[in-house]
Order: sequence, then C-alpha cells, then structure tokens
Amino acid sequence: MSRKPRLHIPPAPARPGADPDFSYIDIVEAGSVPRPDPHTRLREIPNSLIFDMVRVLDDAHAPVGPWDPQLDPEELQAGLRFMLETRLYDDHMLRMHRQGKISFYMKSRGEEAVSVAAAMALRPGDMLFPSYRNQGLQISRGRNLADLMNQCLSNSADMCKGRQMPIMYHWRRGNIFSISGNLTTQYPQAVGWAMAAAIKGEDDIAASWIGEGSSAEADFHHAMTFAAVYMAPVVLNIVNNQYAISTFQGTAGGERRPFAARGPGYGIPGIRVDGNDFLAVYAATTWAAERARAGTGPTLIEHVTYRVDAHSTSDDPSRYRSKAEPQAWPLGDPVERLKAHMIKFGQWSESRHEALVAEITEQVASAWEEACSYGTMAEGPFLDKNELFEDVYRDMPTHLIQQREQMLEVDRWGEEN
Amino acid sequence: MSVKTMTAAVNEAIDQEMARDERVFVAGEDVRVGGPFGTEAGLHAKYGDKRIVNTAISELALTGIGVGAAAVGLRPIIEIMIMDFVTVAMDQIVNQMAKMKYMLGGQATLPIVVTTHAGVDSSSAAQHSGSLEAWFCHVPGLKVLMPSNAYDAKGLLTAAIRDDNPVIFISNKRCLQTSCEVPDEPFALPLGVAEVKREGRDLTIVATGRLVIDALDVAETLAGQGISVEVIDPRTLSPLDMDTILASVRKTSRAIVAHEAVRTCGIGAEIAARISDEAFDYLDAPVKRVGAPFTPVPFAPLLEDRYLPGKAQILDAVREIGLTT
Ligand SMILES: Cc1ncc(C[n+]2csc(CCOP(=O)(O)OP(=O)(O)O)c2C)c(N)n1
Ligand SMILES: [Mg+2]
Repeated sequence: MSRKPRLHIPPAPARPGADPDFSYIDIVEAGSVPRPDPHTRLREIPNSLIFDMVRVLDDAHAPVGPWDPQLDPEELQAGLRFMLETRLYDDHMLRMHRQGKISFYMKSRGEEAVSVAAAMALRPGDMLFPSYRNQGLQISRGRNLADLMNQCLSNSADMCKGRQMPIMYHWRRGNIFSISGNLTTQYPQAVGWAMAAAIKGEDDIAASWIGEGSSAEADFHHAMTFAAVYMAPVVLNIVNNQYAISTFQGTAGGERRPFAARGPGYGIPGIRVDGNDFLAVYAATTWAAERARAGTGPTLIEHVTYRVDAHSTSDDPSRYRSKAEPQAWPLGDPVERLKAHMIKFGQWSESRHEALVAEITEQVASAWEEACSYGTMAEGPFLDKNELFEDVYRDMPTHLIQQREQMLEVDRWGEEN
Repeated sequence: MSVKTMTAAVNEAIDQEMARDERVFVAGEDVRVGGPFGTEAGLHAKYGDKRIVNTAISELALTGIGVGAAAVGLRPIIEIMIMDFVTVAMDQIVNQMAKMKYMLGGQATLPIVVTTHAGVDSSSAAQHSGSLEAWFCHVPGLKVLMPSNAYDAKGLLTAAIRDDNPVIFISNKRCLQTSCEVPDEPFALPLGVAEVKREGRDLTIVATGRLVIDALDVAETLAGQGISVEVIDPRTLSPLDMDTILASVRKTSRAIVAHEAVRTCGIGAEIAARISDEAFDYLDAPVKRVGAPFTPVPFAPLLEDRYLPGKAQILDAVREIGLTT
C-alpha cells in the first residue's frame, strides 16, 4: 500500500433513500459499566466510562447495574410528566408555527430525558446554562408554559420584550441563564459562574449544555481548559443527537472517539451515557454534581441521543438523511422507555398514561389561551415600539434619547401630513 | 443573459470559477446541502467532498484553514453562514489574513474570499441580523464588497475569487431573492468602482445593499414631484470609489448616504466626511446619513419595523435638507 497524505471526509451513515445504518454507535449492555466513587482521581477512573455507555434500563425495562439511581415512584412519575409536558409543548408550538401564529420554533423530541433527568438530579439553586434545545430544563423547574409561549409570541408579557428569537428563554428566578443564538457561548459563562460560586464559597454548582456540533467552536475548548485548571464546580454536557443541522456528528469529531473522551485530555473525567435512558442521565448527572459540589472538579457528560425532528422550522431533514432513521434509532424513545419501566413495576398503567396525556394537552391548550390574552403576532396588546431604545444601556445615554426623539418627531410629522 | 436571483447568481459565479480554476474550493457549515441560503446548491454533487468542504462548526478554524490553504496556493471561498458569526473568526481575519502580506514583506499572497449573509430578514433578532461591513472597512489589507443585485453579485464575486487579496463578500439577505438579467457566461466587474444606478440632477443618494433598492424607489417617487435623484451604489465599500461619488455631488450639490447598518460609525460616516472634505464648496445642504438607530436588532416585527431603515427614512432625510416639505 502506498502511503501518502489524504484528506479524509467523515462519511454520513445514511443519505436520503438509503437504509438507516447505526452500526457506528457502540452500545454496551445496560449495567456493564462500573461506577467509581465520584471522588476518584481522574487517572483511576476506568476508560469504560468514556468508551462504553452508562445505561441503566435493560432491554426488558428493568434497572440493572451500579448506576441505578433507585428513584422512588413519585420521582419517576414527575420525570415522565415533565418529559411529556416538554413533548406536548413542543408539538403544540410546532402546530402554532404551521398555522402562522409564531415565526420560528425548535423542537427537542427524542431528547427530553437529557434535560428533564438532569434538572431533577440537580438542586434548584444550581445555575443552568442551556442551549436552544433544553426546554425540558425550564419545564422541570416548574416554568409556567404561558411564560414560554409569551416569549415565542413576543407579546406584551414577553420576558425578552420582543428582542430575542423564539425559544431563547431565560428565567432569573428559576436560575436558568439566557440562551444565545451564537453557539457555545454558554460554556465559558457556566465555567465563570462556577468559578464565582467557588470564590464566594457557595455550594451551588453550574451546568451547561451544547450540541455535539457546537463542541467544534473554540468556546468549548477554552471553557474546558478553564474548568480543568480551576477545578470549577460545573457539569458540562454535550448532547450528541447525531446532527448539527445537516451535518453528521462525524464532522464534529465524533467518528473515532466519543465526545466524552475529550474530557480526560483536558484533565476532566468524561462519561458517555445513554441519553434516552432517563435513569442513566439522572445517575450520571448525580455523580458529576456530587463531584463538583465536593470540590473534586468538573465532569464532561456526553449524552448519546437522536434528534428525531428537523433542526428547526427552517430545516428539512429529508435533504440529508434517510427518512427511516428515527424509527431505526437503536436507543429507543426516552418517554416510551421510562413508561415501560414504570408499567413493568406496577407504578404506572396505559390508562393512567392516557389520562396524563389528556391532562397535559389540556394544560398546554389553556396556557396557549392565557398567552394569547397578552397578545399574538396579529392582535394586540402589542409591545410599545419605543421599547426599541430601552435596555441598550442601564440608563439611556443622551444620543439614544435624541434618536428616540427624532423618531417620535417623524411620527408626529407623519400624522400631521 | 437570463433573469436570475442573487442567490442563483452567486451560485453561478462560484460554479463557473470552480470549473475554470481547480484551486478554488468552498469551505463552510452545511455547504454540502447548499448552505443556509442555497448559494452552494448543487455544487457538492458536481465537485465532491474535497472542493465543497462541509466543515465542523468553527468559524475561527474555517477562516484559519482559509489562510493556510491560500498560503500554499489554493483559492478558498470561506462561507460564514450569518455575518454575526464572524465575530469568533476576527483574529484570523483581522490579525492574520489582512496583515500577512504586509508583515511578510510582501511575500505572502492570500487570495481568500470570505462570503457571508448580512442584515435583517423578517425577525432574526440581534444575533442573526447584523450588518457589520464597517468593521472590515476599517481594516487595511481587506477589500469589502456589498452588491445590491444579482448582476453585480455575479460580476463582483467572480472578480473577488480571481483577486489575489483577501476579500469580504457580503450579501444582504433581503437582496438574495431579488432578480434581474445576468449574463450566463463568466464575467468580472472591476473592484473599487461604483455604479450610477440612476442619473439625476437635484440630489445624490449613495446607498449600499438593500438600501439601493429603497433609494431607487425614493427616486421614482420624487421624480413624480419633479425632483431628479441620482442613485449611486459604491458596490465596493473598501476601497471606495470616491471619484464617482464626488463627481455626482458636484453636479447635484446635495447628498444623502444610506445603509442598513447602525448609523453611528457606519460606512456612511466615511462617505459623508469625504464629501464634506472634498466637495464642501459644492454643497447646498449638509450631507445627511440614513442608517439604523444605535440599538441591537430586535426580534418582534413591530420593533424590527421601527428599527429598519428604508424608504421612509430616506424620504425624511430628503425633507430635512429642504427638497420636500
Ligand atoms: C457561531 C455560530 N455558528 C453557526 C451557527 C448556526 N447554527 C445554529 S444551530 C447549528 C447547529 C448546531 O448543532 P449542534 O451543536 O449539534 O446542536 P443541535 O442543533 O443538534 O441541538 C448551527 C450551525 C450559530 N448559531 N452560531
Ligand atoms: Mg447536534
């Protein structure tokens, strides 16, 4: 074989029309990865945490192995509820987009466990730095759905006062940081927040989420360096949903090594977790949080999951991937898996599930009604258009006051003529 | 000649230059499926993975590989999806590609085109609507292009790809879907040459990007009132063709400069200053600037509408200099 340099282009698994192929995903048996003590030093943490996969639910929906978080039925029911709420909220908002009621939306279908289990494993005082696909964090912390809808409608009750794109929520009281349209900026911010918590001597920790595609941005690498150097109390999550818009995860560097393996290179333990296994996500987050809270330092968690729907309402996945992929995804659906687990142990039933779906559907519908009472895109009450000039600075500087006055003058002239 | 959208014209320019010159390649996010606006549609099928390089999401690395590849003789076209994302690539653009030839005693040649999409586009908010051209006009070593129609886009992009300097090629998003007659064969327009889009006697409007379309609209409206407006599109913002602008102002004695970017420190400030400097004696009125207010771009349609400069703002400026009441 002649040896010469070549440009390798990571292949995508299945283009439109081809049969789905997830053979590239290494899946180990549930329960097979050991669970080291959270305070274990990096060099003693087994490599199976990054190269295998932390899974708790086996194929028969029973929890197995050392990572089983042994949640009680009430916690499981809350988890199922929050995941369903997230999903039905998403479905409703997509319908509203189709009806022209909102101008943009991004769903998280298939990735609900990543947000919901993590939020439940963390404490309310922990600060969350989400990406745009973590609506489950808001919902698990008890956010009023109408508040989220108000933001998407940019109506008179919009928390962003009409200044940010739909789904770029924030929640000061709920300790959820604002979402950025520019990728990965939340990572160094989370590290900074965590460093500050450590400086102040508080035991609240930070957690952040990015997509696997976003891990190529410099902010990821810089944040990892700082988190490692200062042993910042932060849980850093990479949600590997296989795609960054049309681009397969291999292009972001996932082809030969799991994203979790990035951690040890920086001096940070990594965990590769079945992101569609509610119990596994919960367990991995608990492990990482315990570590952070006790001053042992940051953890990188890769959640292996699948983006079932389009990237956003501006995207059409049939351009770049096989239509059959969502059904062929080997790690199943997080809601269905948790539900099956609960039914198996007599903690849930089909009829209770149906009743819950009906209840949440009703809840979403009435939240929408409430949100619309604060204004829709077509009908008032509207935002005051001169809000444009507020909040650029803490106090409006003279030149902005002058610009606003000029605009008002033009308005008056327009009315007179 | 055939009628093409600006998107199609950009696509054709890239296609024809890639066909003509093997050294030309495109790197960018999601370019395999044509890029966010379709400017690379169909090119991957034609040129394959090595010439339509669908990269990981790092604008910094993207521009950096552009510098590296250009230094060894390739001619990269680097696509930054949305102009706001260029912020993370600034070191490679401003400290590397712009200065390298100079710092290396003239021995580096960096024929790089950075293409990007700028401006407001029906509710994209503060991190996806920026018009940041002035930042790059402030950097010696870069050329900055901003076409306002499909014809100019094809001719300017072709010239940019053939140019041996780093060039920033900015498509205004609201111009992308506009169309006009464009030659089917390859052609290059000279860089640094403005075009008089409409001749007139009473007022010069120097406009860029989408505001060229608005200025032509205004000219039409004012023609009905007996006011004759000359509209100039610099097309190249750096270097600026001041000769064409000054010749016009010496004829009309009045000037308005209009762009979508924030008015403060915008390219309009440079043009207005140069007019005052070099044609002061000819002016019958102060040079007026039209641009966005000093705020980030809001999301809500109502606020965005309030923000976005256009025909109404140009007409206000016309009134302010006393041409209308
Ligand atoms: C700095 C920057 N570059 C590019 C984009 C455009 N963009 C938005 S989302 C996205 C894909 C991100 O994929 P990933 O990180 O995997 O997250 P996912 O959407 O899969 O949740 C891209 C390229 C952006 N918003 N910001
Ligand atoms: Mg992704």
